[in-house]
Amino acid sequence: MALDPTLQSISIPQDEEGPVFDEPWQAQAFALTVKLNEAGQFSWSEWAEVFGAEIAADTESGQGVGNTAYYHCWLSALEKIVALKALLTPEQLSVRKAEWREASEHTPHGQPIEIRKSPK
Amino acid sequence: MGANHKHGDPLPETVLRVKSLESLLIEKGLVEAEALDALVDRYENKVGPKNGAKVVARAWVDDAYRERLLKDATSAVAEFGFTGAQGEELVALENTDKVHNVVVCTLCSCYPWPVLGLPPVWYKSAPYRARVVREPRKVLEEFGTRLPEGTEVRVWDSTAETRYLVIPKRPEGTEEMDEDALAELVNRDSMIGTREADSPTMAEGA
Repeated sequence: MALDPTLQSISIPQDEEGPVFDEPWQAQAFALTVKLNEAGQFSWSEWAEVFGAEIAADTESGQGVGNTAYYHCWLSALEKIVALKALLTPEQLSVRKAEWREASEHTPHGQPIEIRKSPK
Repeated sequence: MGANHKHGDPLPETVLRVKSLESLLIEKGLVEAEALDALVDRYENKVGPKNGAKVVARAWVDDAYRERLLKDATSAVAEFGFTGAQGEELVALENTDKVHNVVVCTLCSCYPWPVLGLPPVWYKSAPYRARVVREPRKVLEEFGTRLPEGTEVRVWDSTAETRYLVIPKRPEGTEEMDEDALAELVNRDSMIGTREADSPTMAEGA
């Protein structure tokens, strides 16, 4: 697919086929951002401003380079822009995050569940 | 790569943050789950199920490799260079006439990225996560997979630490096919266990 030309101009780690991701959360954060832009929630130049500030702060603090650091900035920028555009509040995000953490800590998870022949 | 997490740990912070954004934005109707998935899917072939298909095809033709894969899947797939986050403890499950394995992540969407890429939307959906545990045969039938009554169905719950790769049964009529041609028959769902590998006639699209 062809990326939006403006988005193309915001440097995204990519090869000749398009953006590259190391882990699904990076692709998910990317996809959320693209979809919110398509829905008209913010323009790419607005995004570039917020995202650019994250990258600049990260670079200044001597943080690592590469995809992971890049998408950490991306994620922080996404959290900021949804608050800036009043789509979600930081409180909503922190409450929800606590809920996900709680679920991931307390759900019995990891035992292979064996199911015998189906009763027919 | 991202933070390693061990038994009992919550999901990594970044994953929690993205899940929070995603779930809230979906609930508010600001984005659609299917549309997000379609976008992610476009990039899926980057680390996509073609990797897993190569592994399965090798296991079908090379008994020694198959044994290595069943014994230590992480090392066996690393022979192809398939390594990285979320593949640290990979377990291969072999489907036979007696046992059919199917994989789920009941909590979220744990999935063996290095061999299968990003999970499909149905794998992440609540109905699949809940139902495949309770009524696996019915769910499999919805995927067009009908198993003989005598076949035992085993459902495996993926975790942040342990991911599963199903080795589907080698289809009949493929004795003459080489490894590359066989890999074409290995569809993504067959490595999750919801479908079987394609038959050679299907693959030719005759």
